[in-house]
Amino acid sequence: MAVIDLANPTRFLTLANRVLPWLAAATLVLFAIGLFLAMNAPDDYQQGATVKIMFLHVPAAWLGMFGWGLMSVAALGTLVWRHPLADVAGKAAAPIGATFTFICLVTGSLWGRPTWGTYWVWDARLTSMLVLLLLYLGVLALYWTAEEPGRGARAAAILSLVGAVNLPIIKFSVDWWNTLHQPASVFRMGGSTIDPALLRPLLIMAIAFTLLFITLHLAIMRNEILRRRVRSMRLMQAQELAEAT
Amino acid sequence: MNLGPHADFIVAAYAMTAFAVAALIAWVVLDYGAQRRILGDLEERGVTRRSQRKS
Repeated sequence: MAVIDLANPTRFLTLANRVLPWLAAATLVLFAIGLFLAMNAPDDYQQGATVKIMFLHVPAAWLGMFGWGLMSVAALGTLVWRHPLADVAGKAAAPIGATFTFICLVTGSLWGRPTWGTYWVWDARLTSMLVLLLLYLGVLALYWTAEEPGRGARAAAILSLVGAVNLPIIKFSVDWWNTLHQPASVFRMGGSTIDPALLRPLLIMAIAFTLLFITLHLAIMRNEILRRRVRSMRLMQAQELAEAT
Repeated sequence: MNLGPHADFIVAAYAMTAFAVAALIAWVVLDYGAQRRILGDLEERGVTRRSQRKS
């Protein structure tokens, strides 16, 4: 089956129903391994046991940004090709991305207090991440409050593309400005600066969180397709009633 | 496992994450059940989508 054939809601539902149980099981297994490794990871020589917060904070930050990237690609599909599944994919990514961005901010705050001595500072990395959360809330508000779903989808797609400007700002904020937040330490020129004993659980947890993102994304897309079928059937029912009277 | 003097912060971070993820999963599962139920009700009443109708 060609990939383009999957861009059909009925085929997508069949595939999602088949794949979701396996994805959910793989996510659970990866989380079990990741959490075991995280709990048994050695303490950091400076931060002590608080380094365990990194195993939540860093994957949540990556996936918060990944969610917006996914929405931006989906926005092109909505605005340029007007494909209904592109809008479904964008809409489904918004609540997941917002949740991960929220987790990133909360865990970062709880990590910041014992290591920096403060829950929050208005530095470029923290502020740009907060802006990302506000952008997510804006997109969700557009989807949930639009009277006509098509109009809400177009407005959300435009905001998704405009908001993508924030992604490089988040990524490079620690290089462009003097921030309290540390610079990149995993994906950087010259290799990771994190000890392998801490890097291993971090990468396993990152894969587990990514699988969770994919599983939830497919599940929310499935729900959204069903919701649109309900809407279309209700419209048909209303039309029939109007014709009968 | 000794979480040291900042155990409260570590436990709070894991608890908040678990709560947020659990809430998201619960919403997805409940929403799926609700949509399936509404679709079932509509089909029982004989309502079909345009693409399902015989021309």
